[in-house]
Amino acid sequence: MAELTYRDAVARGIAQEMERDPSVVLIGEDVAKAGGVFKTTAGLLERFGPERVRDTPISEEAITGMIMGAAMNGLRPIGELMFSDFLATCWDIVANQIAKTRYMTDGQVSLPLVIRTANGGGARFGGQHSQSLENWAMAVPGLKVVAPSTPADVVGLLAGAIRDPDPVVFFEHKALFAGKGEVPDGEIVDALGTARVLREAPDITIVALAAMVPKALEAAAELAEHGIGAEVIDLRSLVPLDTATLFASVSKTSRLATVEENPRLAGWGAEIASIVTEEMFWDLDGPIVRVTTPHIPLPAADELEDLAIPSVERIVDTVRRTMA
Amino acid sequence: MQQPSPETRLRLYADMVRARYFEKRAYDLFLQGLLKGTTHLGLGQEAVAAGFAAAMRSDDMTFCTYRGHNHTLLRGAPMDALMGELLGRENGICGGKGGSMHLTDVAKGAMGSYAIVGAHLPVAAGAAWAAQVRDTGQVSVCFFGDGTTNIGAFHEAVNMAAVWSLPVVFVCENNLYMEYTPIDEVTPVEHPAADRAPAYGLDGIIVDGNDVDAVYEVAQRVLSRARDGAGPSLVEAKTYRHGGHSRADPGKYRPDEEVAEWMARDPIVLYRTRLEEFGIQPDELDRIETAATAEVDEATEVSKSAPAPGPDTLMTNVWADGGSAWRN
Repeated sequence: MAELTYRDAVARGIAQEMERDPSVVLIGEDVAKAGGVFKTTAGLLERFGPERVRDTPISEEAITGMIMGAAMNGLRPIGELMFSDFLATCWDIVANQIAKTRYMTDGQVSLPLVIRTANGGGARFGGQHSQSLENWAMAVPGLKVVAPSTPADVVGLLAGAIRDPDPVVFFEHKALFAGKGEVPDGEIVDALGTARVLREAPDITIVALAAMVPKALEAAAELAEHGIGAEVIDLRSLVPLDTATLFASVSKTSRLATVEENPRLAGWGAEIASIVTEEMFWDLDGPIVRVTTPHIPLPAADELEDLAIPSVERIVDTVRRTMA
Repeated sequence: MQQPSPETRLRLYADMVRARYFEKRAYDLFLQGLLKGTTHLGLGQEAVAAGFAAAMRSDDMTFCTYRGHNHTLLRGAPMDALMGELLGRENGICGGKGGSMHLTDVAKGAMGSYAIVGAHLPVAAGAAWAAQVRDTGQVSVCFFGDGTTNIGAFHEAVNMAAVWSLPVVFVCENNLYMEYTPIDEVTPVEHPAADRAPAYGLDGIIVDGNDVDAVYEVAQRVLSRARDGAGPSLVEAKTYRHGGHSRADPGKYRPDEEVAEWMARDPIVLYRTRLEEFGIQPDELDRIETAATAEVDEATEVSKSAPAPGPDTLMTNVWADGGSAWRN
């Protein structure tokens, strides 16, 4: 067991898979010599060489298109998009090509590839480098969507994503990069589509993802002081979605709150709320509540961004109001 | 480069004729309402597809556009399965899930028809990158229209292929019109692909896309170059579509004299004349045409009588496990 930062866990996860499978390769802007702008790929070039770890021009369509073509012809490529906001520059390749090709060819084409990208707010980067876009990917049939919250999950879910035979968009959260956590020694491989109950309690289920997970845990601790037992679930992946773990929890607590960084409209929490409403309505003791970013572009100033992104205080207040 | 052998010449002729008859039938079926949606015909552009297909190795990879019937057929995809796909039948090459714009036969190296302009250039480059990394000796060949030279993905892909010296051949089929608009009205250079090549350190290669021997010769040259590790090529083939952009577009925005001039340069008519000059008997060429008609008739009958795709196929093959489940 070693303590690793979330950013170092990215390199560890990639290295683990490159070590075992020579078809795993990594490309992206500044990923090789510079080790990534967030230093998430530091040391990989030195360890695996320039043929497997390669810098690209600023060409997101080329990065995503090339990993698609490479996956069609025998590699298991990883492409890095420096910021998830840049998905918008290559959304054709991601949403029209990568996501649909297996279906449109009736299974002739397999695309075992991973798009890794730095997601989320909190770094004061402003509206074009701070978005949480996991709901974009979730809205497209044919993409798997993963967003880890801890260093150990980064390693395990990254391995699961790389070994997955389908395309995976892997969202690494910028606000978590410096955070540390215990990572078990040896190979770690996690199955996609497995949520994790991080805190058990009887009164309400709080579902969160990525950087919202530590906030949900903090809020749950505070809620306990107010006599409310909040169970916390880390979804870990949106597609596949582990509804079984979610339903088991809600059938116990009869209440649900979702905490997401997506802007309000059509954020992933809305889908969770819809599923639970439709299938567990008679188990619920009250309305499902969503804590989200307001439906605005993200601002840059500290005070404004902190107001926009769900805070521990907002989670506590929202849960207390619905429990009142 | 070697001249085509007599066998190759007959193949080139047969391929162009098969593609021509297949697409003429597709157009008839469209007018009859049996082919739904849309269809983009390559009538008049067959020499580009035939010349490259004949020069490619069986494990080379073809990437083409929605105007890709010719390319997919001539890599060896079965005609009945292509016709079935156009008609949305169970026997379709993609089970009816692709349609006219997405013909794919991976087993034959026809790696897909891509319907968003420019998207497949980086994909073709990526397949070439995998061939380079795995040292397979394969070449990726990517066909696209003149309009593609003005979209970003073209420039990203050609740049990347040149920087990484990838075994990919980009082939611009310049038919003078991007959809309904003359390409020279929206492009600042005379040759939309070839004139851009030097910006990426490549030679500007122009070939008469209606002369199948000339295409075959250039194809051999650029494929060898790629296979020898000398990197990508960008070829501009001058050609002309006999019909409009898609569906029932009559292409009336084109001057009559221009259409007449190009119709007189029909690649199939030109090649038949040349083959007869080489001493090939008209009977032999007639037999090729008769056989192509029979093949198209057979493909049409098989596909018209094939059932619609079963409702159970709607939810298959989203994922590698064969299904479409997104939750437990």
